[in-house]
Amino acid sequence: MSVWKNFIKGIIKENPVLVLLLGTCPTLAMTDSVSKAFGMGVAATVVLICSNMAISALRNVIPDKVRIPCYIVLIAGFVTVVEMVMHAYLPDLYEAMGVFLSLIVVNCIILGRAEMYASKNRVFDSAVDAVGMGIGFTLALLCMSTVREIFGAGSWMGMEIPFIKDHTVGILTMSPGGFFVFGVLIAVVNKLTGHRKRSEAGGCAGCPGAALCMKNGCSEREGEGK
Amino acid sequence: MFKGLIVIILTSIVVDNYVLTKFLGICPFLGVSKKVGPACGMGIAVTFVMLLATAATYPIYYYLLARFELEYLQTIVFILVIASLVQLVEIILKKYIPSLHKSLGIYLPLITTNCAVLGVASNNISDGYVFIESMASSLGCGLGFLLAMVLFAGVRSRVEAANPPKCFRGMPITLVSASIVALTFYGFQGVIENLFA
Repeated sequence: MSVWKNFIKGIIKENPVLVLLLGTCPTLAMTDSVSKAFGMGVAATVVLICSNMAISALRNVIPDKVRIPCYIVLIAGFVTVVEMVMHAYLPDLYEAMGVFLSLIVVNCIILGRAEMYASKNRVFDSAVDAVGMGIGFTLALLCMSTVREIFGAGSWMGMEIPFIKDHTVGILTMSPGGFFVFGVLIAVVNKLTGHRKRSEAGGCAGCPGAALCMKNGCSEREGEGK
Repeated sequence: MFKGLIVIILTSIVVDNYVLTKFLGICPFLGVSKKVGPACGMGIAVTFVMLLATAATYPIYYYLLARFELEYLQTIVFILVIASLVQLVEIILKKYIPSLHKSLGIYLPLITTNCAVLGVASNNISDGYVFIESMASSLGCGLGFLLAMVLFAGVRSRVEAANPPKCFRGMPITLVSASIVALTFYGFQGVIENLFA
């Protein structure tokens, strides 16, 4: 696969949030304002690039049986670094993101990419894959938070928008609005892409517990959205 | 004290429901909620692991990390403790209580990387609860998760039978119905504080 194709697939064809449906927790929780969504996207991208490169470099060293714990430790290390940097330089954003910053550790996009891609490919390819996936994640978050912040709070990145600010739909910034906007966004993507058959990486396959999960009904989720 | 614990439990079940208000543990919520049976099993397993995780991480944080000023290692240590704890519990259950392992065991490995479990453990620390309050809040969060799973499994079995527009089929309609379920939980806002007033 060419470098460009590898890069662009994470943004459109295999967008981690809108097509693969990975990392739904931060997508729902961090999109009530654009600045939080941007912070989350960048933080996760940095962790993803670092962890993908490290795991790819160590792919011949890590024993197959204990690979998941090894990945988790590596990822947790990078998350701690990002957390400390943000605490030092962006204290407001750090406070706003709260527990979700440390929960990047269990974000299935990062673990999924480690398992699906970085453990099988060269360092450079893994880095390109991570950049593409990270940008895809950030763009999806920005899309969703733009809708929620403009119509829910009447502002964008904290800048007030004249007419809309007097006619806000407050519920959009609260949790039911999150589910609703996410559902509609996926429906729009489904409509635009014409229900294209999902690629192999879809849904559960990216999750480390997939093999066990298949037995108990989680596998049904794979069939959806087709 | 007792009243305080009840308030913590009820608050974390209905007002600050982890799934519907705080968006933690969405993956199992959407993945395993097709039928009431598995949803119930998953909810019970999560409650169980949350209690265990809090019981393990609380002393580790206060007697090990805080004592030697290693608070920044919290994320790494917590995820490792939770992961190994889940493995350990699974092995013990398999050996000594096979019947329980049969009904809960299949859900246990999935919970290792569940953000709700790690979220509860870190939230208990950042909220500054004492040990017994932490346990109460974990119990409440687990029960809240169970409640949300079971309610949503019921709603979902009706939604499956409906016939939405083609592009809404599958995940989109599920998310929209989750939004309506989340809306119902907003009715509880302010109820708990006034309950004991």
